[in-house]
Amino acid sequence: MLLISCPWCGPREETEFHYGGQAHVAYPANPLELDDATWAEYLFVRDNTKGPYAERWVHSAGCRRWFNVVRDTVTSEILAVYRTGEQRPVTA
Amino acid sequence: MSEFTSESSAPSAASAPTGQPNRLPTGGRIDRSVTLRATVDGVELTGHPGDTVASALIANGRLEVAPSIYRRRPRGIVAAGVEEPNALLQLAGGRPGDSAEPMLPATVVELFDGLSAETLSGVGRLDPGTDEARHDKKFVHTDVLVVGAGPAGLAAALAASAGGARVLLVDEQPELGGQLLAERNPALADWVAGAAAELAARPEVRVLRRSTAFSVAANYVLVAERRTDHLGAAAPAEVSRQRLWHVRAKRIVLAAGAHERPMVFADNDRPGIMLAGAVRTYLNRYGVLPGRRAVLLTTNDSAYDTALDLRAAGAEVAALVDTRPEPPAELVERVGAAGIEVIAGAVVTGTGARDGAGRIGRVRLDNGRELGCDLLASSGGWNPVVHLFSQARGTLRWEDERAAFVPAAQLDALRVVGAANGTADLAACLAEGADAGVEAAAGSGYPGARPELPAVPVRHPAPDRPVWLVPGEGEPGGWRDHFVDLQRDATVADVWRATGAGMRSVEHIKRYTTIGTGQDQGRTSGVVANGVIAAALGLASPGELGTTTFRAPYTPVSFALMAGRNRGELHDPVRTTAVHPWHVAAGAEFENVGQWKRPWYYPRDGEDLHAAVLRECRAARTGVGMMDATTLGKIDIRGRDAGEFLNRIYTNAFAKLKVGSARYGVMCKADGMVFDDGVTIRLAEDHFYLTTTTGNAAAVLDWLEEWSQTEWPELDVTFTSVTEQWVTIAVVGPQSRAVVSAVAPELACSAEEFPFMTVRDAVLSNGVPARIARVSFSGELAYEINVASWHGLSTWETVFAAGQPYGITPYGTETMHVLRAEKGFPIVGQDTDGTVTPEDLGMSWIVSTRKDFVGRRSLARPDTVRTDRKHLVGLLPVDPGALLPEGVQLVAEGVPITPEVGPVPMLGHVTSSYHSAALERTFALALIKNGRHRIGETVLAPLGDRTIAATVTEPVFYDKEGARRDG
Repeated sequence: MLLISCPWCGPREETEFHYGGQAHVAYPANPLELDDATWAEYLFVRDNTKGPYAERWVHSAGCRRWFNVVRDTVTSEILAVYRTGEQRPVTA
Repeated sequence: MSEFTSESSAPSAASAPTGQPNRLPTGGRIDRSVTLRATVDGVELTGHPGDTVASALIANGRLEVAPSIYRRRPRGIVAAGVEEPNALLQLAGGRPGDSAEPMLPATVVELFDGLSAETLSGVGRLDPGTDEARHDKKFVHTDVLVVGAGPAGLAAALAASAGGARVLLVDEQPELGGQLLAERNPALADWVAGAAAELAARPEVRVLRRSTAFSVAANYVLVAERRTDHLGAAAPAEVSRQRLWHVRAKRIVLAAGAHERPMVFADNDRPGIMLAGAVRTYLNRYGVLPGRRAVLLTTNDSAYDTALDLRAAGAEVAALVDTRPEPPAELVERVGAAGIEVIAGAVVTGTGARDGAGRIGRVRLDNGRELGCDLLASSGGWNPVVHLFSQARGTLRWEDERAAFVPAAQLDALRVVGAANGTADLAACLAEGADAGVEAAAGSGYPGARPELPAVPVRHPAPDRPVWLVPGEGEPGGWRDHFVDLQRDATVADVWRATGAGMRSVEHIKRYTTIGTGQDQGRTSGVVANGVIAAALGLASPGELGTTTFRAPYTPVSFALMAGRNRGELHDPVRTTAVHPWHVAAGAEFENVGQWKRPWYYPRDGEDLHAAVLRECRAARTGVGMMDATTLGKIDIRGRDAGEFLNRIYTNAFAKLKVGSARYGVMCKADGMVFDDGVTIRLAEDHFYLTTTTGNAAAVLDWLEEWSQTEWPELDVTFTSVTEQWVTIAVVGPQSRAVVSAVAPELACSAEEFPFMTVRDAVLSNGVPARIARVSFSGELAYEINVASWHGLSTWETVFAAGQPYGITPYGTETMHVLRAEKGFPIVGQDTDGTVTPEDLGMSWIVSTRKDFVGRRSLARPDTVRTDRKHLVGLLPVDPGALLPEGVQLVAEGVPITPEVGPVPMLGHVTSSYHSAALERTFALALIKNGRHRIGETVLAPLGDRTIAATVTEPVFYDKEGARRDG
């Protein structure tokens, strides 16, 4: 079980959180102007990274805030935690 | 420290002769002043505190246990720890209410007075009774966790805790010391005692004995602590039986030791064939003598100590057979001085029985010699206990000199030390532990210090010479008495059959032969199997095959421990509304909706569900009914941009909804599929009150938060769950206006003054302020009265009393479902399943084309614009009394439904199906391919023994014009 540092509440057990998939996938500004392939890319296609991966979590059983995590998908080691809207930090 | 030790168990005082023929006159870490009585396989035996069931059996002259699982071969005790493959117990509960426990190794079950057990042939039986024992959980954080309290672990714990770091030391044994408990050197015992005292005196150190670390993921470790299992009937009632510790550690030191391997030769499974290290443990720790005349067989240095200890205990040693042609001269000399012959460069090829019970009587060597014996103590080498290290994603490498898989590299926050690291020499184990302890302390921000270590000579163990497979007669494919896995009765012949079938991977061969799949998970058989497979495949080394995956738990853990207190009514929270006591008193039957208990129907004398629901429906359609709608999710939404936000979430427009008005809305996920629906009220320009389906309340709140926080943070809007704060009472039916007028005497209730889909604040006749909405989920004139939960029960009673002149009828979820289905109103999650668009539900009227909303773009995808998608339609069974089962598949007329002509093309399935009082017949809703273009067609529901035919219809069955909602 992961120990996740919520940027608002500090380190908490994984069971307090929900996973939110890949981070930095913005809702397109004008969906109605996109062709089918581009929209399908937004809807259905996500990276499947082996190694450091920026992903979203929400502290459902705590402050209910969404935030971003860089986690190594091989080791599950959490390399960085940062707030929504912030740039992905450089991690080793 | 664990507070409960065997010393506190209630013994039967006895100083009489023990009747233990194989108990040595002196020695051992047992309390001879106390005699314990137990029954194993129906035979009484005695022992002492400090004994295991296995050591007591040996003391009482019983090495034999139940025969093997498939071959029914005689078997005996092999090991002295968790790696035991043969001696498994079905242990009766120690105190009334405790369940019997299956598959416990006799080598780790501590003897207690009154213990009752039987030995098992590889299969236990679950106790069918209810286990009354309590189990607890603890969550702790520590600076350093040390797993294992042998020499390396004790040194590590002392070193790590020297400077104030919080240290947790866990060990599966009842006393600290690990392998040192099997040593004869009193200086080592003194050091262990001193270390235990020192650790107990340090305030930041906690020691858990009888506690097994069984799962590791990064810095997160699960530990099973057995608190009262060893106390039997003397266990205090107020103490939980076991505790599950969830441990977070900054640094971990693994000092889990090593397990000895048996060897593979013909008839290597007889009682009396034991691991050499185990024999030493029985001699020195338990003071019991497993045999009178022993042969030792070894591939390494370790068995020489066993030979010397056997001699010291008065046993005869027929010979020590060493596979190495040139064993270390110093060892040969030492055992020679004790009169023990070393036969070098030889191996045992087979054994013979002493008696009908199958106990070993002699061994045969490859040089032709035969030796009589009643004990063969063998050492095929040592496997470091790398289970937890591997779980932590540590990688292994094959070490030729030790003939074992050892850690390839240390992990950042987890160190493996001692025998678990492949270190064979005691002095080196102690030093490794001490260094790792100092380093762990530093890693967690504290100083550490090397403790004083016992003075033991540094030895340099000579390399092993493993013999993985001693040839028998004929071809290996026929060696059915060369056992590889004793617990699974798997042999060399089985391995040959697997490799002969083309298998090369240990993972495949494990599953094909079942080697390593027993309760012991291959602790003694795993690497041995590698050796045999390597021989079968002609590989140079067993290391080429790698290991099978080590998974948690390291040793079996009971489900009861996992569950802890979360069982029975604490298994899952139960949510009830403020009106719940009234429903119970009214005799309601309840159904679970998520965690909520909702009244399902209110049977009157002798009524079944069918009769009650017909009566309740009739009341709501012709008079007045009332329903507790409190469980609907309710979200209070505030902020300057709340209207704009909802406009983006709902498929229909909300920005311009008038204050005091309500609107039904549907929300989709980004893929355009219906996610939830409900009525939202605008209470002020910047204040909305949104309702969700009962089961989706939390998911909708999460959904709103997600879009607000991650996509549109610029919008000023906040969300608060108020489901628990409001009680909602639906008053439904043609007479509902009269009832609401009586309950809210100041409120103007006419259709003109209080129109459909509007909201009014009112003070009720009981003095309670209420928010009343004119919304309807039945098609009838209806009101929803919302009051603060504190006043929910009294308001329900007030409405019920006011409705008496009109025969007001409480109804439950089943009637609600029938009423809405008669109107063709879908229930999200019942009539939809995440693949259904608003258009599929026939609700294109609710989908705005003048604004964007979440999911809109998806409704123009090629798949969603198909006109032959599954549509929600109505079904009228041709036989008006036939009820279609919900979920049943539908097929077209004339489609053969036989195995020969298949597969059968499915058109869709029934989503809702009921008897209707209003229609005086059955009806259903269904999702059917191209359904809206099949109106009037007949579809079939094959049910195995019969088939129901039904006509496809529009989904609205009742009051199609909507004439009834204003009363």
